[in-house]
Amino acid sequence: MGIFEAILLSVITASTPLVIAACGELIAERSGVLNLGVEGMMVMGAVIAFMATTATGSPYIGVLAGIAGGAVFSLLFGFLTLTLVANQVATGLALTILGIGVSGMLGEAYVGQPGIKLQPIDIPLLADIPVIGPLLFKQDLIFYLSVVLVVGINWFLFRSRAGLKLRAVGDSHSSAHALGVSVIRTRYLAVMFGGACAGLAGAQLSLVYTPQWVENMTAGRGWIALALVVFASWRPWRVVAGGYLFGAVSISQLHAQAFGIGIPSQFLSALPYAATIIVLVLISRNRRTTLINTPASLGKSFVPDR
Amino acid sequence: MRIELERRGGVSPLFSILSPIIALALTVVVGAIMFAMLGKNPASALYSFFIEPLLETWSLHELAIKAAPLILIGAGLTICYRSNNWNIGAEGQFIIGAIAGSILPVLFPEWTSPVVLPLMLLMGMAGGALYAGIPALLKTRFNTNEILTSLMLVYIAQLFLDWLVRGPWRDPGGFNFPVTRDFGANAILPEVISSGRANYGFVFAIVAAVALWFLMRYTLKGFEIAVLGQSERAGRFAGFSARRMIWFSMLLSGALAGLAGISEVSGAIGKLQPVISPGYGFTAIIVAFLGRLNPLGVIISGLVLGLTYLGGEAVQVSLGISDKVVRVFQGLLLFFVLSCDTLIHYKIRLIMPGTAEGRG
Repeated sequence: MGIFEAILLSVITASTPLVIAACGELIAERSGVLNLGVEGMMVMGAVIAFMATTATGSPYIGVLAGIAGGAVFSLLFGFLTLTLVANQVATGLALTILGIGVSGMLGEAYVGQPGIKLQPIDIPLLADIPVIGPLLFKQDLIFYLSVVLVVGINWFLFRSRAGLKLRAVGDSHSSAHALGVSVIRTRYLAVMFGGACAGLAGAQLSLVYTPQWVENMTAGRGWIALALVVFASWRPWRVVAGGYLFGAVSISQLHAQAFGIGIPSQFLSALPYAATIIVLVLISRNRRTTLINTPASLGKSFVPDR
Repeated sequence: MRIELERRGGVSPLFSILSPIIALALTVVVGAIMFAMLGKNPASALYSFFIEPLLETWSLHELAIKAAPLILIGAGLTICYRSNNWNIGAEGQFIIGAIAGSILPVLFPEWTSPVVLPLMLLMGMAGGALYAGIPALLKTRFNTNEILTSLMLVYIAQLFLDWLVRGPWRDPGGFNFPVTRDFGANAILPEVISSGRANYGFVFAIVAAVALWFLMRYTLKGFEIAVLGQSERAGRFAGFSARRMIWFSMLLSGALAGLAGISEVSGAIGKLQPVISPGYGFTAIIVAFLGRLNPLGVIISGLVLGLTYLGGEAVQVSLGISDKVVRVFQGLLLFFVLSCDTLIHYKIRLIMPGTAEGRG
């Protein structure tokens, strides 16, 4: 495998958690819920996946545990914002703070322990194609899931009846309610889906990207995923484009360091965050297109009239 | 069982006061359960977490040191959140304020005039305000979401500080440790009273909180903040500018975070190092909400959250419980505050299945 392929492979590994977490948040936001707790759900997914893997010896059980952990943790957010109509921005922040705290406590005993890596699965025949084979068809389960996820939510949102209802809830919860759609139930499910995806993204970090547990190992990726959703104008395919762009930026800093480019490592490490800001500026510059794309009820609480 | 909300006629004054207290009580209860699950005696753990730090003079001074930045930042954030501007990057503004204020003692240590300290404080405020000006500029000019930009700037500020203290600002006589030279005596924020370490940062915090309370309560600006926060449209009819309010609230909260940063570095640490804050900027978000977005309330909630830092250290020493428990406590507290705030605007009814209402 050449250096070029190695770089592409590392870009894919760095991008996968961003794409997955952003897909989950995209669904939540399409239903009108702004969950700023992605970072917290992701770091919970990472620690729970690592713990379950260490306990059972199977990273596949770890993946399942990460998904479940993220989904259950997101229920806290759902209960507060949907049932108790608490402020979504503040509650999302609370979820992130709590997630970082709880994961730090749960994971304390696991710091420095060797992890078990989720091994790649070769897809027969396709894996033998030169260049593309090793890149796309000798990957781990979570990468394949990310592909299924993007295709799946694109179909769900724009081709299925349930997706149409979800978008209706996000664009005008009162109208959806009047038409008999259960706004609160739809949003609960969307929030849990977002939590499950964030948990899966976290599991990717602690089982594939760097198979170990480090406190706060998400390092802002949850926030970058949130930015990606805005960047993607709430469209699944653009999440992929954005996710891989960010993955490439974060990998480029590692390679720049390896090549000994004379820029301090801290500046290179700041690149993904700076890139996020720049991209957000570029995408939100045009007020009108932003307004058209944003789910109209995003961030607004719904209390049914009685 | 189902939970239903029924809107109250108005704001419940009773629950406005009770809600933070209920939240605190619930946090203590859950904390006790958590300690019990960790195999510790909950009563003695809670005692060393919440009571013991209040019993000795030196630890009261530590409490003032911990609470000062929380109150300063939290008071500024109340203005932001009241006016619906979501600055969550106070941690970054704190760091940049600390760096800007440290320019004099680090680069010009020979300059020992009495104006150095006041200049440092002003430069700290300017640094914090400028850094908060970035999300304000991007929001007013390009309509960019301030939540994400202000947060991204935190990471950048942390890396920038790390680079400074390992690179150009590293103490030449410091055996290669990543710290700047120690500040000179004239660049140290003095202690308030001789009995302990608490410095003037705490005084700044109280003054700032009272001043902002006055602003909110008695001035037109305060009314403008409240109106624009509740409805931008209504504010426009009253002739208030949402754009100017973005600048005002962001610069103000940034300046206070910057002041907190330079006060912490000059008062409590005495030099710059790679990490200068145990997450004050994020904890101050909790402080603002626990104080019910009221600057006077922030004084009390800042002391409560300051106590969690001390309590965390105390249980680590006395019971061997991880200091990570602090973040858990803080997160729980914010959760309970937000849920209890529902009681202010709504009556909560539990509806049992099988009753007439439950079927309806």
